[in-house]
Amino acid sequence: MTLRYLRLTALAVATALPALPALAQDLRIGLAAEPSSADPHFHNLGPNNQLRRNMFESLVGSDEQQKLFPQLATSWRPLDDTRWEFKLREGVTFSDGSAFDAYDVVYSVCRIPGVPDSPSLFTTYTKAIKDFEVPDPMTLIVHTAAPYPLLPTEFSTWGIISAKANGVDGASIDFSPEGCGDLAYPESQAFNEGAAAIGTGPFLLESFRRGEGIELVRNPDYWGDAAPWERVSMKPLTSDGPRVAALFAGDVDFIENPPLQDLERINSEGGLQVVQGISNRVIYLHMDHEQEPSPMITGTDGKNPLKDVRVREALSIAINRDAIVDRIMGGVAVAAGELLPAGMFGAHEDGAMPPAPYDADRAQALLAEAGYPDGFGITIGTPNDRYINDAQVAQAVAQMWARIGVTTEIDAVTASTFFSRRNAYEFSVYLAGWGAGTGEMSSPIKALVATRDGDRGYGGTNRGQYSNPEVDDLLTKALATVDDDARQELLRESSRVAMADWAILPLHFEVTPWAMTDKITYAPRVDQYTLPASIKPVQ
Amino acid sequence: MLVYLLRRIAQSIFVALAMMVIVFFGIYMIGNPVDILISPDATPREIEETMARFGFDQPIYIQFLTFVGNALQGDLGRSFVHGESAVTLILHYMPATLELAALGLIFSVLIGIPLGVYAGYKADRWQGRAIMTGSIFGFSLPNFWVGMLLILIFAVELRWLPSTGRGDTVDVFGIRLSIFSENGLQYMILPALTLALYKASLVTRLARAGTQEALVQDYVKFARAKGVSETRILFVHVLKNIMIPILTVLGLELGSMIAFAVVTETVFAWPGMGKLLIDSILTLDRPVIVAYLMMTVLIFIVINLVVDIVYTILDPRVRVTGGAG
Repeated sequence: MTLRYLRLTALAVATALPALPALAQDLRIGLAAEPSSADPHFHNLGPNNQLRRNMFESLVGSDEQQKLFPQLATSWRPLDDTRWEFKLREGVTFSDGSAFDAYDVVYSVCRIPGVPDSPSLFTTYTKAIKDFEVPDPMTLIVHTAAPYPLLPTEFSTWGIISAKANGVDGASIDFSPEGCGDLAYPESQAFNEGAAAIGTGPFLLESFRRGEGIELVRNPDYWGDAAPWERVSMKPLTSDGPRVAALFAGDVDFIENPPLQDLERINSEGGLQVVQGISNRVIYLHMDHEQEPSPMITGTDGKNPLKDVRVREALSIAINRDAIVDRIMGGVAVAAGELLPAGMFGAHEDGAMPPAPYDADRAQALLAEAGYPDGFGITIGTPNDRYINDAQVAQAVAQMWARIGVTTEIDAVTASTFFSRRNAYEFSVYLAGWGAGTGEMSSPIKALVATRDGDRGYGGTNRGQYSNPEVDDLLTKALATVDDDARQELLRESSRVAMADWAILPLHFEVTPWAMTDKITYAPRVDQYTLPASIKPVQ
Repeated sequence: MLVYLLRRIAQSIFVALAMMVIVFFGIYMIGNPVDILISPDATPREIEETMARFGFDQPIYIQFLTFVGNALQGDLGRSFVHGESAVTLILHYMPATLELAALGLIFSVLIGIPLGVYAGYKADRWQGRAIMTGSIFGFSLPNFWVGMLLILIFAVELRWLPSTGRGDTVDVFGIRLSIFSENGLQYMILPALTLALYKASLVTRLARAGTQEALVQDYVKFARAKGVSETRILFVHVLKNIMIPILTVLGLELGSMIAFAVVTETVFAWPGMGKLLIDSILTLDRPVIVAYLMMTVLIFIVINLVVDIVYTILDPRVRVTGGAG
């Protein structure tokens, strides 16, 4: 009786809420990860880059498929091998009223290498710039040391701040890649407090409170289509359960990354829905190609069986990727045949690079042929709190390998420990993920497969120490080919060569889910970002 | 007295130093923060430069000596993640934790004392036994489970209260507090209840034991003979006498409530120090973890010290032992 009364009250309250017109223009989001700063140049990491896109724009935009589109630049083209010309958008103003021009871009690039206490600088994406030329305030010519086709892509990854708003006369800047002399720069703290948060984006930062939330308001003078929301509040709800509960309770309208086991419940609840789309993140197994004996392999008399291509192939085709996608990932993943999903730049057409076909018998035969008829023992290292169901996926792989006689154990640890141990080459095989930040094939090939080389910046995450001169050459050639079609073909070839050598074993691409009320909708992004300006009310 | 105090302070400093060494080296053993903080796209060279910027390329004992040198000058370092002074960061999160602990304390007294006194009064009847059985749940149910259950009932099903986060705040002498705003208070009720549950059970048991003891005392018999109403006996005469041990225990429990509200704060996404600690551990943000734990040690030391001093005033025997031993 009482319970029924309570239900009725609850129903009355719930139905009364949408009637309030003031709420219609407000959007409340539950974030899965909290940005560490509102400073667009402080920390080059997902949550910060996502927040940055609301207030600070780039010359080049990157859409849901990570395809480039004109943002603050209306067009760009290579003038010759080492010069790019960007034509800038007229009539754009920063939120303090100052007009946007090419000097703001130069000023932003000047600030990037020197942000104090930054845990991860954006120099990764600006180091190709050797010099700037500003023939007129609306034209910017960028010089690079060598041909650099990725320049426009990299120009989409960092935000532009205003020189004038920070008291700097842009025309007086003397640019050099090492630094631009004594220029006044805003402190990171000034962005968090709002004073320096002056950008051209669709939203203005109203408040940034660590742990509590971020408030954005619509930029009334935005040059493009006005954002559909007057006000956006984003709360960091980093634990899965409470985040989903907040959605069910109606405290937020939209959450990032609902856990897989809750998707069905959300969809079956009236008024809520899940939107999902493939991401640019591949989950892969990397193998030790270098150390002999390899630290976590037993029963081979000190030999490293992973150096034998037949063993690597056997391990790959012993994995039933469809079963992993079905059973472990609940169908919310796509089996992978290379390191980037079909349709993205440098990846093959759909179906041209299918996942390695599951064939346990052939795997066993290959092992015998390689001299391991009785298999061997191996341990897979994996994080247990970094990727969706990471440790369970490793567990499934272990069982599949056991079936072909490779006794497999799992060493699952928390991410902070995992990455340190992996970088110290403690694992013979490890499971990890790679999101292609640039949205094209050179990103995973360069980081995961190319020979480790500090000077060229190759192999940064190639902790299996794979090395294949053919792949390196193709990559180097691709990175110097400005023509898009030719570069795409070179990247595809590098991917084919690496896959044919079983250099690395891609398992699946993660699918990113978002959950929201049925009054709004969101087009899934491969870069997994949540951008409030693209969250649309349903008419 | 002075010797006793000095000895206590010396002991406390030793505890704080030992803690600092253990935590510093402990976190170093877990892993390298740069491995987690840096963008995966960074080149090996950039990783090296970042390591050098934070001083991670130095041997651990040099890093430790640098840290101790700075700490002696009152600088506990800057957060690797936020680029802000660790102490500033903790102070930013502190008011939220303090006000939650305060409300939790109020709840535990408001729930625990009436229940405990009543249970003591009806000690041999079913009411008393029911309350005592109930208090076992308060002790044994895990915090996160209680928190999720409260969210499920009051936020998801009934929609009476907001589920997570912190509500509106008002400035009180430059400190942002939500306990004085109606909206803010709504956000505090569920986490404060979760936090209060364990303490309320504790208070219930203390109050019951005290009441049982007090009810057979002469002054109660005298009051009854005089014709004072039972309610007045219980909630005026008895209550006054049982409050001393309860307040002592609650004072000590306040320390643990402030320092270890981690689970509750995580479940309710409450932006307090506990959540900062968890986030910092996940990102190996060493300066924040060390500063936080040093602060925790300090809180406990101060509370213990105050309790000790109060005891030496109340009980001369403590002073004698302290001075002699």
